Amino acid sequence: MAEYNLDHDKLKKLETYIDNLQEKEGALINILHEAQDIFGYLSKDVQLFIARKCGIPAAKVFGVVTFYSYFTMEPRGKHVVNICMGTACFVKGADKILAEFKRLLDIKEGNMSEDGMFTIDTLRCVGACGLAPVVIVDGKVYGRVKVEDVEGIIKEYKQD
Amino acid sequence: MNMVNLTINGFKVSVPEGTSILDAAKKVNVHIPTLCYLDLHDIKMVNRTASCRVCVVEVEGRRNLAPACATEVTEGMVVKTDTLRAIKARRTMVELLLSDHPTDCLVCEKNTQCQLQKLAADLGVRKIRYKGKMSTYPKDSSSESIYRNLDKCIMCRRCETMCNEVQTCNVYSAVDRGFETVVSPAFGLPMIDTQCTFCGQCVAVCPTAALTQISHVAKVWEALSDPDKFVIVQTAPAIRVALGEKFGMEPGTIVTGKMVAALRRLGFDKVFDTDFAADVTILEEAHEFIDRLQNGGRLPILTSCCPSWVKFIEHQFPDLLDIPSTCKSPHIMFGTIAKTYLADKMGIDPEKIVVVSVMPCLAKKYEVVRPELQHEGKKNVDLVITTRELADMLLEAGIDFASLPDEDFDNPLGESTGASVIFGTTGGVIEAALRTAYEWLTNETLEDVEFHSVRGLDGLKEATVNINGEEIRIGVAHGLGNARKLLESIQKGESRYHAIEIMACPGGCIDGGGQPYHFGNLEIVKKRMEAIYTEDRNKKIRKSHENPEVLKMYKEYIGEVGGEKAHELLHTHYTKREKI
Repeated sequence: MAEYNLDHDKLKKLETYIDNLQEKEGALINILHEAQDIFGYLSKDVQLFIARKCGIPAAKVFGVVTFYSYFTMEPRGKHVVNICMGTACFVKGADKILAEFKRLLDIKEGNMSEDGMFTIDTLRCVGACGLAPVVIVDGKVYGRVKVEDVEGIIKEYKQD
Repeated sequence: MNMVNLTINGFKVSVPEGTSILDAAKKVNVHIPTLCYLDLHDIKMVNRTASCRVCVVEVEGRRNLAPACATEVTEGMVVKTDTLRAIKARRTMVELLLSDHPTDCLVCEKNTQCQLQKLAADLGVRKIRYKGKMSTYPKDSSSESIYRNLDKCIMCRRCETMCNEVQTCNVYSAVDRGFETVVSPAFGLPMIDTQCTFCGQCVAVCPTAALTQISHVAKVWEALSDPDKFVIVQTAPAIRVALGEKFGMEPGTIVTGKMVAALRRLGFDKVFDTDFAADVTILEEAHEFIDRLQNGGRLPILTSCCPSWVKFIEHQFPDLLDIPSTCKSPHIMFGTIAKTYLADKMGIDPEKIVVVSVMPCLAKKYEVVRPELQHEGKKNVDLVITTRELADMLLEAGIDFASLPDEDFDNPLGESTGASVIFGTTGGVIEAALRTAYEWLTNETLEDVEFHSVRGLDGLKEATVNINGEEIRIGVAHGLGNARKLLESIQKGESRYHAIEIMACPGGCIDGGGQPYHFGNLEIVKKRMEAIYTEDRNKKIRKSHENPEVLKMYKEYIGEVGGEKAHELLHTHYTKREKI
């Protein structure tokens, strides 16, 4: 009955992942992680698919997705820039780093650059306070970042 | 059972292990205020989220205050509920709730019936010391039934417990986090786009005006004041045993006669009874049951009077849509009959007839716009008001309800039997159907018309009736969670029943989402139930197929029960719907 507006191969991949889980309801967060890895973000249809596949109410799935800041319902850029806003990073000027990323990538609303290359996210303490302020791009950590370093970091990723 | 001894405010008390401080306190007549807590143990619902912290008490040896609703007693516990610290803490909790709550109480739908308002008064809150951000959300009036104003939500989560655990409709969840947290359907969808069945049980338990009904009162007043309209009213069986509560009468007072008099004084041109159409429903449904039984049709047959239950099966069990009876619900049948048979008989243009239903139910508001229930593209029932809305109208009109004389319904659509009255309570429809089916199948007179095993508040009930040597097995479920269990057994092919009655609301229509608020006092519901059975016993005719006006209508207009015209006017079909 249900039709999903989703890429067939990606959906198949998610379905296989879920099929291989023994306990589905308790694994909701893992499933959502996997789905976000596959699709880049958790659209309404992805959430509905997961809800019906696992027999979990759609409202509950949506509740979990909106509760955890890691999950996103918006499409993400090719590269994800995470800026730590934990206490140490914040006092070391993380807000200025964030502003500089936004200025250089010309992001006014939302958190994705118009060309779809970059998404900026903030997070709370990555546990590397000695390196504050910390920026993580696609999993690579940059420590003691200064405002003037931002342009160079962006350049590293703009090339591909 | 192990007993636990403790002291509350200096009184010694002994209670079973596992009892909460709140319940233990009741034993020594100590009242601890609550807000989010709601105990409907008769229908197996307890909301114990302990989110409001209004019931906090001091426990000796414990550093922080304990929520009485969610703290179990322990041996030797010393509890104090009336210390300055506890009282101040409770008041602060309410002040904090009020700091993010609109203070438009005077013009609020729930004015004088709001549990937060009452609590603020009881705890002596005289000012709101805390100023801060106020939550504002778009209002949801997308459905015909439920109005959501989440500015007034206090996050007690009663609606969630009711919807998810009792009704298993799973429409609501807490969404987002921190100050932004809100109770919402999936994806913030408007109610109309969800699997909500509009049973209105969330409205019934909401302590504030976060969840209320979509009102038709203004439209009814408009119709009544239009001289070109012929405005007729029908009242569901559950109204007559609950309306009196709104006028200070004891729960369970039967006010049928006063209700008729009051409706006449409001200016309705004819005051009729949905019970007439309930008798028609029984004729059609019993006929359909016998047909399926004798001709190898699909069994069990399921009753279809409850629009909330119908929507539930459409969303949740779309593969089972061939099992409910095809009968329209009584109030829709009534509307159809009024705009065809009655219009014909009275020589009135059906276009001029406005049919108003007084219902204990919010789903009936939604039901009237279902396209398959329209007749020739027109609504059969035009407006639906709840018991609460009718009471509001009577107050507005200055009708002194309690001192009204008893009056009788108008003819012909006011004639009814005891069988139709019991439609108002769980088990009633199937009992009424049995009274008729038994006599039709055996050609014998049923001497004892009462089937006690299908009565009462047990969530699942069953009865076995010997008809012509065959054991006919009857099932009854009320509350959609119980209905789900029966449907799952049918799906698995395990059901042993021939016929099943399902009502969405726990207790049936007497505890519908449009009834006077009782906030968990199920003794009130039990009294309404007793009153329904008393009303049945007081009727001269107690079998639907003996209703003389119904028989006359079939003779003059409809023809055969279950015949072609009956199918055109009185039957319907169902639609598959998505789970969301």
